[in-house]
Amino acid sequence: MEIGSGYAVQMRGITKKFGSFCALDHIDVDIKKGTIHAMLGENGAGKSTLMNVLYGLYQSDEGEIYLEGQKVNMKNPNVAIAHGIGMVHQHFMLVDNFTVTQNIILGNEITSGAGVINMKKAREEIIKTIEKYGLSVDPDAKIEDISVGMQQRVEILKALYRGANLLILDEPTAVLTPQEIEDLIKIMNNLIKDGKTIIIITHKLKEIKESADVCTIIRRGKYIDTVDVKKVKEEELATMMVGHAVNLVVDKTEATPKDVVFEIDNLTVLDERKIPAVKNLSLKIRKGEIVGIAGIDGNGQKELVEAITNLTKVAGGTIKINGVEVQNTSPKNTIDNKIATIHEDRQRRGLVLNYTVAHNMVIEKFKEEPFSKKGFLNEKEIVEHSKQMIKEYDIRPDNCELQPVRGLSGGNQQKVIIAREVANDPDLLIAVQPTRGLDVGAIEYVHKTLIRERDKGKAVLLISFELDEVMNVSDTIAVIYDGKIVKSFKQGTVDENTIGLLMAGGKDDAKNS
Amino acid sequence: MQKIANILKKQITSTIIAIIFGFIVAAIILAATGYSPADAFTAMFEGIFSRPKYISNVIIKSTPIILTGLSVAFAFKTGLFNMGAEGQYIMSSVFATIVGIKLDLPPVLQIPMVILAGVFAGAVYGAVVGYLKARFGIHEVITSIMLNWVALYFSNFIVSLKTFHQPNSTATFTVNESSFTTILHKWKVSPEGIAWLKEHPTIMDVLLKTDVNIGIIVAIIMVIVISILLNRTTKGYELKAVGFNKDAAEFAGINVKKNILHSMIIAGAIAGLAGALSVTGVQPHRISTMAAFENYGFNGLSVALIAANSPIGCLFAGLLFAGLLYGGQSIQSTIGAPSEVINIMIGTIVFFVALTRIVPVLADKLAKRGEKHAH
Repeated sequence: MEIGSGYAVQMRGITKKFGSFCALDHIDVDIKKGTIHAMLGENGAGKSTLMNVLYGLYQSDEGEIYLEGQKVNMKNPNVAIAHGIGMVHQHFMLVDNFTVTQNIILGNEITSGAGVINMKKAREEIIKTIEKYGLSVDPDAKIEDISVGMQQRVEILKALYRGANLLILDEPTAVLTPQEIEDLIKIMNNLIKDGKTIIIITHKLKEIKESADVCTIIRRGKYIDTVDVKKVKEEELATMMVGHAVNLVVDKTEATPKDVVFEIDNLTVLDERKIPAVKNLSLKIRKGEIVGIAGIDGNGQKELVEAITNLTKVAGGTIKINGVEVQNTSPKNTIDNKIATIHEDRQRRGLVLNYTVAHNMVIEKFKEEPFSKKGFLNEKEIVEHSKQMIKEYDIRPDNCELQPVRGLSGGNQQKVIIAREVANDPDLLIAVQPTRGLDVGAIEYVHKTLIRERDKGKAVLLISFELDEVMNVSDTIAVIYDGKIVKSFKQGTVDENTIGLLMAGGKDDAKNS
Repeated sequence: MQKIANILKKQITSTIIAIIFGFIVAAIILAATGYSPADAFTAMFEGIFSRPKYISNVIIKSTPIILTGLSVAFAFKTGLFNMGAEGQYIMSSVFATIVGIKLDLPPVLQIPMVILAGVFAGAVYGAVVGYLKARFGIHEVITSIMLNWVALYFSNFIVSLKTFHQPNSTATFTVNESSFTTILHKWKVSPEGIAWLKEHPTIMDVLLKTDVNIGIIVAIIMVIVISILLNRTTKGYELKAVGFNKDAAEFAGINVKKNILHSMIIAGAIAGLAGALSVTGVQPHRISTMAAFENYGFNGLSVALIAANSPIGCLFAGLLFAGLLYGGQSIQSTIGAPSEVINIMIGTIVFFVALTRIVPVLADKLAKRGEKHAH
């Protein structure tokens, strides 16, 4: 394509290397003005790196960037900002105890003489922008008091306030509820109408279909294709992204639940501020059944998991596995009673990143034979065991047993945890946000593993903020709101909207149950 | 280029570069103040290597700091900053002295009793820090620093007690001779011993003029024991797991609080061993009133830092440190330059060791540049 002023951005031959690793390999991209352009790729494909090059955070080793036909040397983010590029990172960069207005003007304050900030003028300008694009943000609220979705809108405002015409949104929906995602799409459309250009970095196919006009696919640092979103199916996008056909629908047979193996009765758990976060919650899981808990983050899921795994004490009620009460004991006791947990925060709770893959594989069993004898580790057995696990669970690279687990990709780190937990042969397998941050291929793998364990007769508890995941994988869907299970459904007897409404605290009008 | 980059990434390379920088900075300061760096360094090396006696003294001086360094390094490997090696060392020397004065058994029993008393005192003192951290979450740096002062004044208090205080001195009585770990300490001053030694002047130089003692052997054994503990045992696995990521360790069923306590007990015991061995092995075999810290524990921090917290590294870093301190005195006596230049040098080395974390980063850049040229 010709270099021309009809394009907000044109990148030519962008190459970026980290050491001997080629993160971007001669990438050409053209982004038309006034469009929503999606950058699609798996984790580590290079899409974020490419955008960081555009924003001046990284310097490319080769290649040129043209903005509206003019060649620009993006040597740092200030150049990008001066050219009207704004970026909203996945992790927000806001000062928690400042107000929205204070955050927006930070670093760009309007002053009236002698360095005094003209708050009033700044506030007025911000309100104007809020109204223009329907951002619905309270300019005087403190960041710590507003929802994640609103914080994201503050980030967008911040970029607009600095005169951005091109907005880069990095994984914008990762932290949003279904309703908030809809709002975001509306806002993006308002911005496009005003002539702005938006680039979204994502690996969620559904949102690309819902929001983007054009989509560029990047795989392992290479440009694959740019397609018109309306003309392709989700499956085709997925195939281009992964490089081979993937099954987006979770493949599973009807559950054949047997006896109740795990039972929570009237459970109350206090959060860190000593306020009940889980309130008289009851739940039963049978052998050979996946129970999925759907809910928005912060409705007691964290405390529920911490109570089951004995990271926190319960204030009332019982947790029973195989008829044995395990509440208020120790994490060790939980493990000994055959409860295995894939924790949502794999790097903090799941792994010792500085330990080798082999050592991480035995972190719950290193005191048992054959991994140790009389207090001395048996490295040979530990390594042998992990080699077997690496093979069985297809962990890559396939000779990683003596590498620190830190060096593995997110998906493979998760596989290490899954291998370890499943190998414990648990009666109850708890999976909390098991696919967070994973790419399509790895997600498919995780779901298959959960279903396979179910078919082996295990009880599975799935807790996820991804409604699709809960709906597709679970046999029973339980909706949690404000620390209580508000309603349970059998899979297939309920639609997404009903659940979405219950998750947000709405009343179910019984038409679905 | 890649090869050079790989060599630069090794920890030992960074440390050697830091030591070279230490010498360069010391040389610049010497030259700027009108002394010949070459003469000064010659004097220093002669002060370390020219006589067996000097080498012996360096080894004797290195023993306590190898152990306190090991204590700090061990704690660090398990995620704790043991700033309290100084206090643990002092408490140990106090209790070793008390037992050494009050007890008088045959050496086979006496020596273990005295050393165990010291080790036990150090371990208990470490345990206090560990307990406060595990139970109440009070940061170990704060408690251990404050407890250092408690130890200092406690030691002075013991020295002042009538039962221990030697009249007309600022010190306690010496411990009973049965507690001495000096090698052949009786024989070497007996008539036969002196007669034999006169025929062997090199051995006489070492044996009679320095306090050759078993300390260094104990230190080497401890270095090996701690290496094995950290790398080969389930306890070491647990301790390090807690150090690297206590959240994951807790989740995996490891008792985090217990391990924090154990770690500080072991660290305290090692520093305690240093204190006890100083009392039994080196003159004057007693404790004196202190106006300030003697820095055996704090020097251990530097040793651990130079050693990059490797137990084996502590052995060599301790020897280097002791060599610089001891040989550095010769700079003053031989060419008249202030021996403080040695402190500057040590400070510079520690500074650059801390700074050489950037060497691997530079190495990466170098490797990248190599690739570019290869295009």
